Amino acid sequence: MVEMLGVEHFLKLDTEERMSGVRVLVGTRKGAFILTSDGKRERWDISGPHFGGWEMYHLKGSPVDTNRLYASQSSGWFGQIIQRSDDGGKTWHQPGTPPGEPTTMPNGMPKGESNKFVYDTSSETGKPLTTHQWYDGTQHPWEFKRVWHLEPSWSDPDVVYAGVEDAALFRSTDGGKTWHELAGLRGHGSGPKWQPGAGGLGLHTILLDPSNPQRLVVAISAAGAFRSDDAGHTWKPINRGLKSEYLPEPTPEIGFCVHRIAMHGSRPNVLFMQLHQGGGIFRSDNAGELWQEVRGNLPTDFGFPIDVHAHEPETIYVVPIQPYPGRYPPEAKLRVYRSRSGGNDWEPLTNGLPQENCYVNVLREAMAVDTLDSCGIYFGTTGGQVYVSPDSGDNWTAIVRDLPAVLSVEVQTLP
Amino acid sequence: MIRVVLPYHLRTLAGVEGEVALSVAGPATQRSVIDALEARYPMLRGTIRDHVTGQRRPMLRFFACMEDLSHEPPDAPLPEAVASGTEPFFVVGAIAGG
Repeated sequence: MVEMLGVEHFLKLDTEERMSGVRVLVGTRKGAFILTSDGKRERWDISGPHFGGWEMYHLKGSPVDTNRLYASQSSGWFGQIIQRSDDGGKTWHQPGTPPGEPTTMPNGMPKGESNKFVYDTSSETGKPLTTHQWYDGTQHPWEFKRVWHLEPSWSDPDVVYAGVEDAALFRSTDGGKTWHELAGLRGHGSGPKWQPGAGGLGLHTILLDPSNPQRLVVAISAAGAFRSDDAGHTWKPINRGLKSEYLPEPTPEIGFCVHRIAMHGSRPNVLFMQLHQGGGIFRSDNAGELWQEVRGNLPTDFGFPIDVHAHEPETIYVVPIQPYPGRYPPEAKLRVYRSRSGGNDWEPLTNGLPQENCYVNVLREAMAVDTLDSCGIYFGTTGGQVYVSPDSGDNWTAIVRDLPAVLSVEVQTLP
Repeated sequence: MIRVVLPYHLRTLAGVEGEVALSVAGPATQRSVIDALEARYPMLRGTIRDHVTGQRRPMLRFFACMEDLSHEPPDAPLPEAVASGTEPFFVVGAIAGG
């Protein structure tokens, strides 16, 4: 039975629970790093690299068991590995092959299924998709490449979702030992029209409604956003109101290069989106049924991450990036922009961030917030810096400055 | 015993140092050697051959006795020197990246 988490859960986190520290999970081009601190967030312990030399697209902890972490480890040479920690990142193993246990099942079959992501082509789905649209408009076989995003469930540490390239949604209910596709997403009917963005056809955003386990929202580059109201069996595109300057038809049903969607757990019907350039920043107050642009006074409409303050559901953060010529901060000044009104009115946050000669980027997974009383905001850059603001964005310091390019940042607030 | 030399990252993943010695049932072929390797080190499943197609991953190659065997049929017998353990079977990653 899935426990329903309502608004009370988040208010309790806001006002009653005193958290003692944070654990920041950083995925980079060449390994993972774990940064820990107490509630002051001034002194940090740095652990890593874990899985040195491997691309760590994403690491994330279970909201119901802070010791349970999942990590996506991949390589152009050796493919996809799923790693799991049951002790907060001190030790790791591939689920299903814990150290010291037999390497084969009782029936003699080898373990190792945790690396296996196989698209569902069974007739039971009714629509065994085998191709999507390629860059040149031709149809191309669906080919698994890597896991972009791991999203643990709100209620069960053994349930975790994986967003993969080529775009599909998988779920594990046994702690990552085995994975099964929720094929209704690709089977929605628009699948053959999905086309990769420059970075690939990746499913990068998975939002689980904490108060309604039937509802999931995902986003795919460059297909758009989709929502399920029946636990992932069936899906509908939720792209109405979005606009794009890079499509021949400005308002199609699918085809949008969504970069990121964020949600505050206390208001799951309110979604905030960072879209590709020519689109901008959008919000929806009805779970994606209709979007409205809230770019307001931002210096550019382009960027990757977007996130919501832990205790102020109308306070949101983005990092505007100049799309041309080089996808770096406008005027070479690294600025986080904050809106306290859910968009339209934005203020630059610069204290402690480089304001000259800065040419880094901040990728879609590389921003997170903690739930301490004074909400901490975190982001990582392609230049290897991870910044923290312990006061909602007013002041920033670099936790580390010289990591490999940062792909993802997640934070756990520790009891 | 068949001797197998793995690239650094796969040795780390399998938790081994140096060569791996495998007992292979039946004729020593690429398929039987990799089958035996994966049975002993299941964490390597999918890292050398694609889970679905069984094909060698594009940026890996198989070498033995100074020869590139990557395009040999998977069930072709490996050289006698490999089958006898005189020479190792190499899994080699492409030199690429930065």
